[in-house]
Formats: sequence, C-alpha cells, structure tokens
Amino acid sequence: MELAVQLIVYGILMGLVFSLIALGLSLIFGVMNIVNFAHGEFMMVGMYIAYLLSTFLPLDPLLSLPFAAGAGYLLGVVSYRLLIHHILRGPMVAQLFGTFGLMLFLRYLAMYIFTPDVRSVKQGILVGKTLSMGWINVDASKVFSAGVCVLAFAAVYWMIYRTKLGRALRATSIDSEAAKYMGIDTKGMNALAWGIGGATVALAGALLAHFYYVTPTVGMLFTLIAFATVALGGFGSIVGAFIAGVLIGLIMVVSGQFVSELKFSFIYIVYFLVVVFRPRGLFGW
Amino acid sequence: MLRVDKIKVHYEGIPALHEVTLEVNQGELVAMVGANGAGKSTALKAIVGAVSPVSGNILFNGKDITREETAKIVRLGVVYVPESRRIFGPLTVEENLLLGAFTADSEEEVRGHLNHVYRLFPRLKERFRQKGETLSGGEQQMLAIGRGLMIRPKLLMLDEPSLGLMPKLVTELFKTISLLKEEGYTILLVEQNVREALEIADRGYILQTGRTIHSGKGAELLESDIVKKAFLGL
Repeated sequence: MELAVQLIVYGILMGLVFSLIALGLSLIFGVMNIVNFAHGEFMMVGMYIAYLLSTFLPLDPLLSLPFAAGAGYLLGVVSYRLLIHHILRGPMVAQLFGTFGLMLFLRYLAMYIFTPDVRSVKQGILVGKTLSMGWINVDASKVFSAGVCVLAFAAVYWMIYRTKLGRALRATSIDSEAAKYMGIDTKGMNALAWGIGGATVALAGALLAHFYYVTPTVGMLFTLIAFATVALGGFGSIVGAFIAGVLIGLIMVVSGQFVSELKFSFIYIVYFLVVVFRPRGLFGW
Repeated sequence: MLRVDKIKVHYEGIPALHEVTLEVNQGELVAMVGANGAGKSTALKAIVGAVSPVSGNILFNGKDITREETAKIVRLGVVYVPESRRIFGPLTVEENLLLGAFTADSEEEVRGHLNHVYRLFPRLKERFRQKGETLSGGEQQMLAIGRGLMIRPKLLMLDEPSLGLMPKLVTELFKTISLLKEEGYTILLVEQNVREALEIADRGYILQTGRTIHSGKGAELLESDIVKKAFLGL
C-alpha cells in the first residue's frame, strides 16, 4: 500500500515534467504541422544552462530557470527564422530531415563544447533533499519541478485561450491563409510557437537537471517520450498533452518498479495500443 | 482608390491571369463577373498579396502594393473576404469577429465595431457563443462578411459570397451588399451570379480566360450583347 502510493506520487510528479516537455512539441505541430526532432536537444540546452550556472557562478540551479527559459525561447525563434521557415515550403521529407539535422547539429555542438562526460547538478537548495509527508518520502526537487511545470503549463494555456495573441495563434493553426487575411503576421505566429516551445522545454530541462544526469545525448530519449505523449494526448491538443504526460509518467514509474529495464518499452506498448484503437489520440479531433 | 494595371499571374508556372486591368473609386460598388475559372478569385488574391503577379502593378491610394505582404496590405485597409468563407470553425462567432479586429488598437474601438456588426447581422449576436462551424451556410457568410468589416475596410473585396446559398438567401445577401454600399463602404464584388451582381453595381468588369475583356456601368453591361449572350442565355 505504501509502495503503491509512493509510486503513484512519483509517477505523477515525473509525468508533470513530461507534460511540460510535450507541450511545445504539440503546440508547434498544431500551428504548422511540423514535427520537431530537435525538441529534446532544446531541453538539453536548458539542462546545460542549469549545470553551468550552478557549477561555475555558482548560482542556485533554481535561479537558472528564467535563463534557461529565455535561452530556449531564443533558440526556438532563431531555429524558426533561420531554418524552419525555409523548409516549410519543402516536401514533408525535407521537413523531417531539416529538424533531424537540427537535432544532430545541437547534439554534436554540445559534444564539442562539453565533451561526452556525464555531469550533474551537485549544489542547490533542493538538490538531494527529501520531503516527508507522513510515511511518504519524496524528493523536494521533484515536488518543486512538478509545481513549476503546472504553473508554466497554466501560463501557456492562459496565453493561448485567453489573450488576443493566443487567439491569433489558434486562428493560424486552424487556417493560416485565412489568418493572413485578418492582417495577422502568420510568420510571426510560427516564430512565437517555436519560441514558446523552446522556452517551455528548456525550462523543463533546467528542472530535470536537478535530479537527472546531463549529457549531450540526453535529448533523444525525451524527444521520443514527448512523441509518445503527444500522440497519446492527440496531436495539437494542449489539454491532451497535459493528461497524457501524467499518464506516461505513471506508466513509466509503476512498470519500472517491476521490470526496470522495460519501463520505456511499456510507454510504447501503451502508445501502440492507442495507435491501434484510437489513432487520433485521447483528445485529438 | 484601387488601380490594377495589366497584372499577369502564374500559378505554379501556368498562366492564370493574362492581363487584368481594373479600377475602383471611393464609395463605388464594382462587380467583376465571369465564368468559373476566368480568374476572378486569382485577381482578388493578387490584390491582397496572396499570389504575386509576374508583371503589372497594383496601386492602392497611390501606394504600390504589388509585391507587399498580405498582412501589411490588410493593415492598409484592403480586406478580402475569401471564397467559401474560411471562417475559423472551432472558434466561437465572437472570437471569429474579434480576430477581424486583430489590427485594431483600442478596446473601445473594437467594441464599437462589434456593435456595428451585430446591428447589421442580429443573428450573429444571438449566436455569439456558438462555434463557427455550427452555423448554417447563410450565417457563416454573414460571419465572414462581419469579420471582414471588423478590420475596418477602406476597400472590401467579396469573393463569390453567394456561392452555395439558397436562392432566398442570395437575394438577402445582395440586399446586404447594397446596404453596405449605402453606408459608404467601397466594394469590389466577384460573382458568378452575373445578373444580380450587375444590378446592384455601379460599374462592372467582365473577365474571360484571365483577361478583362469589357467594362462599363452595371446597368449598361446588363443590356450589352456580350453579357446577354455569354451569361444570361438570352
């Protein structure tokens, strides 16, 4: 019983981080129908920012969060303006290889700058601390990370569904040609989607660095988990990404308890089941 | 106000417009009529910058907008209400209208325009919380025009607004367009309903295989042999 509760709590906490990671992927897909293979590499950049600022300044890794989000935003916007904007006109395959190339570029750039060494964030008020609530013990950093993920998710949701800019973003995602006729700068909206996508995933990376090792190749696994999350929740659905993230966290933690080696396989088993029985995902249209 | 001078447009290498020349003056209702595939929609899309002419030029209030971006052309007041309406289906009626006001500066201004559109189309007010896709064809056309009016057009371009509407609604639609003209809007109307369009228009142009082949006062065109033969089956 205690174990079960502990697992569920951990699963949800981890899942909320997955939700935030998947948010940007879902948003970018929803607005311009492009799949960003470099998504996990944007996260990796956030992780290194938390690592660098906490190791060399030394700044508490918590204070690195806004820097990571800002860097992620810039990285997203610059990637869009310099690369994605140009490949959008190309065939689907060109788009796939375009973002795949971006992934390899960022990964090997990190390899060159940081070497393949595995690093971790060692100092920080939350690092290594546990919180005890009755008989449940949880890492303070995971509780905090999950909280920030929920807040960030809520902020993006509010922006998309409650503001004028968000309305323009939704219009662009529904029919970008008609959005242009409204005087909306649709290229600007695409860049904004990439910016938000980059900022949220880099923020998730800086949070994750509190309790996950940092390497130049860490991104791929999280990209793949984010793909499964977005497919499970329904492509382009923001609410779907949130719920699917939590589900994936639960599946991973609970199945990992029994067969640790297979925890990622279980994610894909669930994903395959969804693809077979409900190809549009839980909340897709 | 608008001068289109000998524009030529290619669609993926294939000529779609050979030579289109037309003019719209302040306060006028100008109709551009022609058969399906004559290039009417392409001409409007060229004006709003959605397709780029290979030659010729387009002046709006003296400013060359031939190769300007759509968003900028719209901000100058050239508003295009697209064929088959293109409303944002998953968004509510009011959200659709507010998107038309995307370029407006103040909240009060937006409210003013919204009230204006609701006075013009009371049905939209009744349904303001409904999703756009749940409206009937006629209501969707009202929404598309209302959304266009929210942009505060100096020139309102309507692309086949009667397409797919029941005959009764078509009559109503042409009344609405006349009403908009009386309110002072400058309108460029593209239609396949040649008779109705020319009846309410001050002037008309006839487009055939990508060329403006004839122009004149609306009533005169209706009486002309070319229109009688080609479009009215007389």
